Amino acid sequence: MDNVLAFGAASGQAGRVDALFVMIAAIGGFFFFLTQGMLIYFAVKYRRRLPDRDNETPAITGSPLLEFLWILIPSIVVVVIFYYGWRVYTDQRIPVAGATEVHVNARQWMYEIRYPDGRTAINEIRVPAGKPVKFILSAADVLHGFYLPDFRVKMDMIPGRVTTLWVQPDRPGSYQIFCTVYCGTGHSNMLAQLIVMPQREYAEWVEHGAREGGEAGGKEPLHERGERVVKGAGCLNCHAVDGKEKIAPNFRGLYGSKVPLDGGTSVTADEEYLRESIEDPGAKVVKGYPNVMPTFKTTLPRKDTDAVVEYLKTLK
Amino acid sequence: MVNEPGNGRGYLEERGWRSWAFTLDHKRIGAMYLWTTTVFFLIGGVFALLLRLELLSPQARYFGNHTYNVFFTLHGAMMIFLFIIPAIPSGLGNFFIPLHIGARDVAFPRLNLASYWVFAAGFLVIIGSLVAPMDTGWTFYTPYSAKSAAAVTTLSLGIFLIGMSSILTGLNFIVTIHKLRAPGMTWHRLPLFIWGMYSTSIIQVIATPVVGVTFLLLAAERIFGVGFFDPAKGGDPVLFQHFFWFYSHPVVYVMILPAMGIVSEVIPVFSRKPIFGYKAIAYSSVAIALGGFLVWGHHMFTSGMSPLANMIFSLMTFFVAVPTAVKVFNWTATLYRGSITFEAPMLYALTFIFLFIVGGLTGPFLGALATNVQLHDTYFVVAHFHYTMMGGTVMGFFAGLHYWFPKMTGKMLNEKVARIAWALIFVGFNVTFFTMFVVGVRGMPRRYAEYLPKFHTENVISTIGSAVLALGILVMCWNFLQGLRKGAPAPANPWRALSLEWRAASPPDVENFHEIPVVTDWPYGYGTPKA
Repeated sequence: MDNVLAFGAASGQAGRVDALFVMIAAIGGFFFFLTQGMLIYFAVKYRRRLPDRDNETPAITGSPLLEFLWILIPSIVVVVIFYYGWRVYTDQRIPVAGATEVHVNARQWMYEIRYPDGRTAINEIRVPAGKPVKFILSAADVLHGFYLPDFRVKMDMIPGRVTTLWVQPDRPGSYQIFCTVYCGTGHSNMLAQLIVMPQREYAEWVEHGAREGGEAGGKEPLHERGERVVKGAGCLNCHAVDGKEKIAPNFRGLYGSKVPLDGGTSVTADEEYLRESIEDPGAKVVKGYPNVMPTFKTTLPRKDTDAVVEYLKTLK
Repeated sequence: MVNEPGNGRGYLEERGWRSWAFTLDHKRIGAMYLWTTTVFFLIGGVFALLLRLELLSPQARYFGNHTYNVFFTLHGAMMIFLFIIPAIPSGLGNFFIPLHIGARDVAFPRLNLASYWVFAAGFLVIIGSLVAPMDTGWTFYTPYSAKSAAAVTTLSLGIFLIGMSSILTGLNFIVTIHKLRAPGMTWHRLPLFIWGMYSTSIIQVIATPVVGVTFLLLAAERIFGVGFFDPAKGGDPVLFQHFFWFYSHPVVYVMILPAMGIVSEVIPVFSRKPIFGYKAIAYSSVAIALGGFLVWGHHMFTSGMSPLANMIFSLMTFFVAVPTAVKVFNWTATLYRGSITFEAPMLYALTFIFLFIVGGLTGPFLGALATNVQLHDTYFVVAHFHYTMMGGTVMGFFAGLHYWFPKMTGKMLNEKVARIAWALIFVGFNVTFFTMFVVGVRGMPRRYAEYLPKFHTENVISTIGSAVLALGILVMCWNFLQGLRKGAPAPANPWRALSLEWRAASPPDVENFHEIPVVTDWPYGYGTPKA
């Protein structure tokens, strides 16, 4: 996949950004070798050889022509670069009519995806290949970012505002999404995928898979389904299943344990407590942890919540 | 006209802590700033090394995410507010502005001492904020900083005080440069370091109040719940970014202009040539200082500003690049047909130019809108910033320290050790930071405690480079301490330079000059007119 610029451009727009990048690199490279070359050449050629040459250095104090030229030429060059960069940017910012719309709402530390037809997902956006896509971006708590390196674009996600970003995904594949605006402890775990599907597969997925919340059918064991949901819903950004503790309580050994709460009381982590903590996380906050978990009441179907609880029971 | 050096009492002769704490001598105040800022440079550097250590592995291995975030916040905040903003202006500037213009002190010595103690109060408050260390990044972006449980209010109070000190120092310098120049020291006979300091002081006086007020608004939001930046109360988080960058962009010129001034001093002395294009260098400093106020939006191209605003900020940004390029061309032309020697000050000055060219030429990638949208908030920005600020300002600072060490201490440095340190710093710096350009273009976002395994190689290389860089800086510090303890006595003018500070003794007398010198020529009259 990796090409000269270290990753393949995923769209025609990205190709244009790459062309601009190469142009700036070429101009920059020319001036790099010119200036560094002069610097090193002069430093070597005019190093002191004989002490008495000190008195023979010419008293050159300037050259109006040279100075005029090296004000004029950089001015022209930067205007050219500016113009090109602005044009490519402007074309990026104007959405094409008929784009598929996807709403993305960011919160610490996940992306909530909502399609116009009501489908929802977390940290995974599916779109058909070959059609323009418009992302409608918002944030629930603090600033977040939405960065698609393969498409060479990003946009900040701002509480109280809606920002938009438009791409034309030409090639099917799975593309990384990063949060780029620092948003707290889980910032570097706030990742998502843009999955560009061939149009027929996409239509099939909309028809069958989407509403059930995944690719697999209904026959998988509940705890396996729960594991899939936990991985897909971003739970593991904050909760670890083993090893080092992250931002939130560790999942392993949680079920059945006695959990100390804020305010001095405690509770046994049974099915009802786990369900409540998924759907209304602020109700019983574990002592020593920040109350930052969002509710999943609307984003996870009840069946998935139950499956998650079943999965947690297996983590002994 | 020429003073006999060493007739009077050296400024270092008086002993005891009171002689320092209550001194009105600009040289002592400058020295106190230099010690303080250097200590914070080293502490900030330790934080940087801890960051690089954590980034050795893609998964958080040593500290965990929160601690990593605290470390990069402290690295940034200390380096910016406690080292790189005050180090050259308040440290070397205090020491050398009066000596350069032929004055006995700054215009307001008591205000100068007050500035130091306000600065000290500021850094004490900042150290106090470590009880709940901040994890917002040095940029304090709202709403995260408004909600964070860390001691954001305390830290911003500390920075408010530091800013106040910065304003007072800038004011003092402006008056000093206007009113206390020696007879015959016309504006066009001023050393270029003074032009750089003058431009810097203007920025400090105009821009710093804005960040002070911004931090007050943030404190009001945190303490009283006034929603300046809270959308739920009708505020706007992006407004904070505008305020913040209205100060913090011009302030990068507070950092770089004095360093450019030092380079403009060092290059002619070690080339034995007059500076090429004096007026262009002098006026470009002022142009950068003023133009720098109109480009803050280029930090916010992806923040949802209108495409029209983005276009204007992008264009303005490119025009600020031109006076910077002019300086580079002029320095290079100064070398032409010189008789160049490569003592440590010159090595660092040439390194400044070399690294600053890299930093400068990677600027257009970020100034052009379409590539900015790609590279913003990636490691490319981190690399660009460190090439200009560490490769630029810090190398200029090192050049100044080596250049003026004999004058400040009366001792010479070990040249051989200085060159070893320089080589380590040069190699280590490039290995550390050039790698970041590569990983940035490949898409790695900044401020990530954990990262995807595909970025692993670059991060390991960068960490190795940071160890070499740190070793070089340790060797340099060791050389300074050795020089202080047992360096050979320095003559008044070891570099055969023409500016006025070299007419004073090494170290200078309390009064700087026995008689105020009368200036008849500019300070760059090297070379022979008819050769």
